[in-house]
Amino acid sequence: MKRAGAVALNTFREAVRDRVLYNLVFFALLMMAAAIFVGQISIGIEELVIKSLGLSAISVIGLLIAVFIGVGLVYKEMDKRTLYALLAKPVRRWEFLLGKFGGLVLTLAVNTVAMAAGLLAALVYVKQHLERTDTVLFVAIYFILLKLMLVVALALLFSCFSTPLLAILYTSAFYVAGLFVEEMRTFQFATPNPAASWLLRGLSYLLPNFENFNVMAAAAHGREIPGALILQNTAYAALYCIIVLLIAAAVFSRRNLK
Amino acid sequence: MAGATIEIENLTKDYPYGFLHLKKKRSLEGLTMQVEDGEVFGFLGPNGAGKSTTIKLLVGLIFPDAGTASILGKPITDIEMHRDIGYLPEQPYFYDYLTAAEVLDYFARFHDLTAADRSERVKRMLKKVGLETAGKIQLRKYSKGMLQRVGLAQAILHDPKVVILDEPMSGLDPIGRREVRDIILELKREGRTVLFSTHILSDAEMLCDRVGVIVGGKLRGVGAPGEIVGMKTQGMEILFELPASTATSTASANAAGILAKAAKTGDRYRLQVTEEELYAALEQLRSAGAKILSVTQVKATLEEYFMHLIEADRAQAAAVEVSGK
Repeated sequence: MKRAGAVALNTFREAVRDRVLYNLVFFALLMMAAAIFVGQISIGIEELVIKSLGLSAISVIGLLIAVFIGVGLVYKEMDKRTLYALLAKPVRRWEFLLGKFGGLVLTLAVNTVAMAAGLLAALVYVKQHLERTDTVLFVAIYFILLKLMLVVALALLFSCFSTPLLAILYTSAFYVAGLFVEEMRTFQFATPNPAASWLLRGLSYLLPNFENFNVMAAAAHGREIPGALILQNTAYAALYCIIVLLIAAAVFSRRNLK
Repeated sequence: MAGATIEIENLTKDYPYGFLHLKKKRSLEGLTMQVEDGEVFGFLGPNGAGKSTTIKLLVGLIFPDAGTASILGKPITDIEMHRDIGYLPEQPYFYDYLTAAEVLDYFARFHDLTAADRSERVKRMLKKVGLETAGKIQLRKYSKGMLQRVGLAQAILHDPKVVILDEPMSGLDPIGRREVRDIILELKREGRTVLFSTHILSDAEMLCDRVGVIVGGKLRGVGAPGEIVGMKTQGMEILFELPASTATSTASANAAGILAKAAKTGDRYRLQVTEEELYAALEQLRSAGAKILSVTQVKATLEEYFMHLIEADRAQAAAVEVSGK
């Protein structure tokens, strides 16, 4: 675990020293400024607009970082051969993968917390104070982070055996398909074709259910989110990440580094 | 020499290629060899011979299709084996957003060293490879030679018993090559086993206790550099001077036959004769007024041996191709 930690810290350091990351944070801050501006011209619903825009910006920027940096996590190290000297050290391949995963999740967590602070600052600027119902925002942000963890795990898996471009396509396809898991579960009963029904049922369990993590509308309206959902989403994200990382480790453990 | 530190038994590696990777190209075929404890072993071969493949197999970057290997008695699949080895990849490249000191500290973390020990070793290694003043510069600003030095430093940072270097002299200027040679000799003095691949034969002749020559994925010979090419003298070379004024005299006319065989550069001549012809040739040259500068034995060099193997291999490949038609 110490070795995975060393890889994670280095991955985090790389992201921090990467100017693309700074640009995205700058973009986030810009979004917050836009939220304040839109809030001022949206009479009576300033708070709703700011919360919705802010959460959406956190989600979209997080997704961009997760996908675009995630798909290069392993590929870049293989392509530039920085991995060669590392894997000759007493470090197991799965420890390396876990470290890369942890490093990007840490980066996203720091990034998300920074953007969340920006969102709260924007809210305080508009409302002059925070209310108890605003704490729901933290749950929404936590769910975004869980969703990003799933995306990083998928991007890392694809990064183990394909090029960044293909990995972006695969990860994006999984993400988009994962937004329609509930629809798949509904359609399996509507279709008369048993094969299609079986396929939809299988896919609905196989694909990550990203819609579970979308509580942005509830958070924007200050509606409470049940504790059971928080537990369920935490367990679901943890289990799904473990399974995807185990598959990635199995693929990468036999990969020849030419 | 206490015993084999690196033992390789029938190691074979195929690389798949083509659409769906259905075809296979054999990169290494049944390699069997040992590297003894405390020796400097040179792995020689042209590009694509299988040197890097062997080294990558040993350090676990790729996996064999057949055969086994062990280092210090531990199979290469054992992660514990990695504690005792240091590895310099060919044309090393490291995280360019880090400084040399940060890269070395990062690699040291995988060897369970304390922060104080890491810091001390990083400083010592940077000094050893001549980068103490560049330690705080990001690697993106480093030249190829400087990266090679960082690679060497990370390979020996944890005092490994076995050091495996893939083309350590590649891309270095003469001063850099000299420094790497000195480091290898120092590792040998410290009792470490060094395996390095190279196609710079003079380096191998200068540094190695033994060399292994690999061509076309097959090991073609193992032994001491002198032993492998045969110690038998191929003749004698006489280097002499014959000023232009004496070259046309009557005396030198008697040595005309011998002069015709010599290669001339300015006033100097280089003449190759058999051992039996040596004294007669010297007498003729002396009477012609030549000044003898040196007489040396001519032996086959590793390079000649190497070229002979490659040509034989090409001839065999051509013969197979013709018979195939």
